[in-house]
Amino acid sequence: MDFAQAFWVLLLGSLLGLELIGKVPPTLHTPLMSGANAVSGITMLAALTLIITAKNNLPLLIIGSISLGFALFNVVGGFVVTDRMLAMFNRKPSKKLK
Amino acid sequence: MDVSLIQSFINLIAVLLLALGIKGLSKVRSAKEANRLAAFAMFLSIIGLLTYYLGKPGEGITQQSWLWIIIGTFVGSLFGAILAKRVPMTSMPETVALFNGCGGMSSLLVAIGVIFFQRNETFIQDISILISIFVGSITFSGSIIAMAKLQGWLSTPSWTQSKIRHLINISIAIISLVAFLNLIQSVNTSTIWLLVISSTVLGIGVTLPIGGADMPVVISLLNSYSGIAAAAAGFVVGSQLLIVAGAMVGAAGLILTQVMCKGMNRSLVSVLFGGTLSSQSKKLDSGGEYTNITSCSVEECALTLEAANKVIIVPGYGLAVAQAQHTLREVAKILEQNDIDVSYAIHPVAGRMPGHMNVLLAEADVPYEQLKEMDNINPDFPATDVVLVLGANDVVNPQAKSDQNSPLYGMPVLDVQEARTVFVIKRGMSAGYSGIKNDLFDLPNTSMVFGDAKKVLSELMTELKELGVGAK
Repeated sequence: MDFAQAFWVLLLGSLLGLELIGKVPPTLHTPLMSGANAVSGITMLAALTLIITAKNNLPLLIIGSISLGFALFNVVGGFVVTDRMLAMFNRKPSKKLK
Repeated sequence: MDVSLIQSFINLIAVLLLALGIKGLSKVRSAKEANRLAAFAMFLSIIGLLTYYLGKPGEGITQQSWLWIIIGTFVGSLFGAILAKRVPMTSMPETVALFNGCGGMSSLLVAIGVIFFQRNETFIQDISILISIFVGSITFSGSIIAMAKLQGWLSTPSWTQSKIRHLINISIAIISLVAFLNLIQSVNTSTIWLLVISSTVLGIGVTLPIGGADMPVVISLLNSYSGIAAAAAGFVVGSQLLIVAGAMVGAAGLILTQVMCKGMNRSLVSVLFGGTLSSQSKKLDSGGEYTNITSCSVEECALTLEAANKVIIVPGYGLAVAQAQHTLREVAKILEQNDIDVSYAIHPVAGRMPGHMNVLLAEADVPYEQLKEMDNINPDFPATDVVLVLGANDVVNPQAKSDQNSPLYGMPVLDVQEARTVFVIKRGMSAGYSGIKNDLFDLPNTSMVFGDAKKVLSELMTELKELGVGAK
């Protein structure tokens, strides 16, 4: 990867992040934080790359595997917990009281 | 067809879906689907990566690699899913902190793996590795400390409130910086570990002195850091997708941090370096003693509620601690059956995180339409008969509007004192998280009902039933 290009990607990604989250109702701050946090577990790709390119280097395989475990803990846990929080908002308002 | 082209295409779709997902999470209606969309995008990115290595001539994935991939995937996903399913809704902030710390740890491990075994000795890669180690370590140790403090496993040691801590933290920061600069010139094992250890200690040193009320701000900031760590890891392994996603989370986390600070009327600098609010306000001596406290029984409270037409409930952290949301919902139902208009006033920073109260009340099936945000409900208070303040304190302190010397001055608050009667359900006269006297308690139309929120509410329910309220 060309590094000038990588910096452009970094810059545009940051600008996108600033724009995306501009107006959010306070209700959604916790779920949003938790969802964004799950996305930061994208390092799982780096961990995967490490394991795949490690070939037969055992210490590297183990480091990669632990790193993958931590990342997926973050990703899976993050999305599930966000889903749980949001399920509560989406629930149909309880039947109208008489 | 070239596999790297296919991977780029899949990654492009994944980035698009991630962006749509984060955007969708900002609207109540689309949030749930958006979260799943983002999860799908993450899955897609894995498919893209595997396609690349499986399809590229001369690459392939060895059996041994598959084994370690499966182990890591299985263990990480399983524990993540179990924890996420089991954790109670009230512990959301610390759960997010724990997940976040693990994301930081993952970036740290990638950097360590690459620097020891796969370094290609380019200047940019070295710098990215060092940033990944530095930010990853801080994210990890800071998040774990934040979690431990929110869980109540750790308290704030008193020495951390003195000036010494700045001296200590600055020294550790200098050690990290020196290690960092040394490593840029030449990489050697012992200096790498020095960097890992000093930045880990720095994460602890910076997070430890911060008070409980400010913790969500710190978690949000650490969330932003884990994005930066991911972006740095992206530079390390040369993945554009990682850089984009990491940068997005980093930027979004910063915005959210800013929003939270604004809600509490504190600057990020004072949160990070000011120590807990209570230690500041002791010096300020902002109020003195209470002179005009009216305490009343649950029965009186029930009688007043029975005669009311419009009731507003103000929930706070005390409600979450007492786990009284279900009992509260029952009481509200009884009142509604008696044709009393019930709504809930949600202060943006009530609880320990923005949206904390919404999540808590949603758990108890409170209809979403009854939750009103501060700016929408403040004009309603003068026409309200009874306000029930449940475990909230600083967010209903009129000092924030009237007393220029108060540390709270300028923080937006709920104007509960405008209502005809205010009942404050509270365990005792202790101050809120800011440690400041609450002028509301001294007002003639305020009565205190002392006791644990859950206990008081269930007594209130019994009283209301005895009065025949809701029997129709």
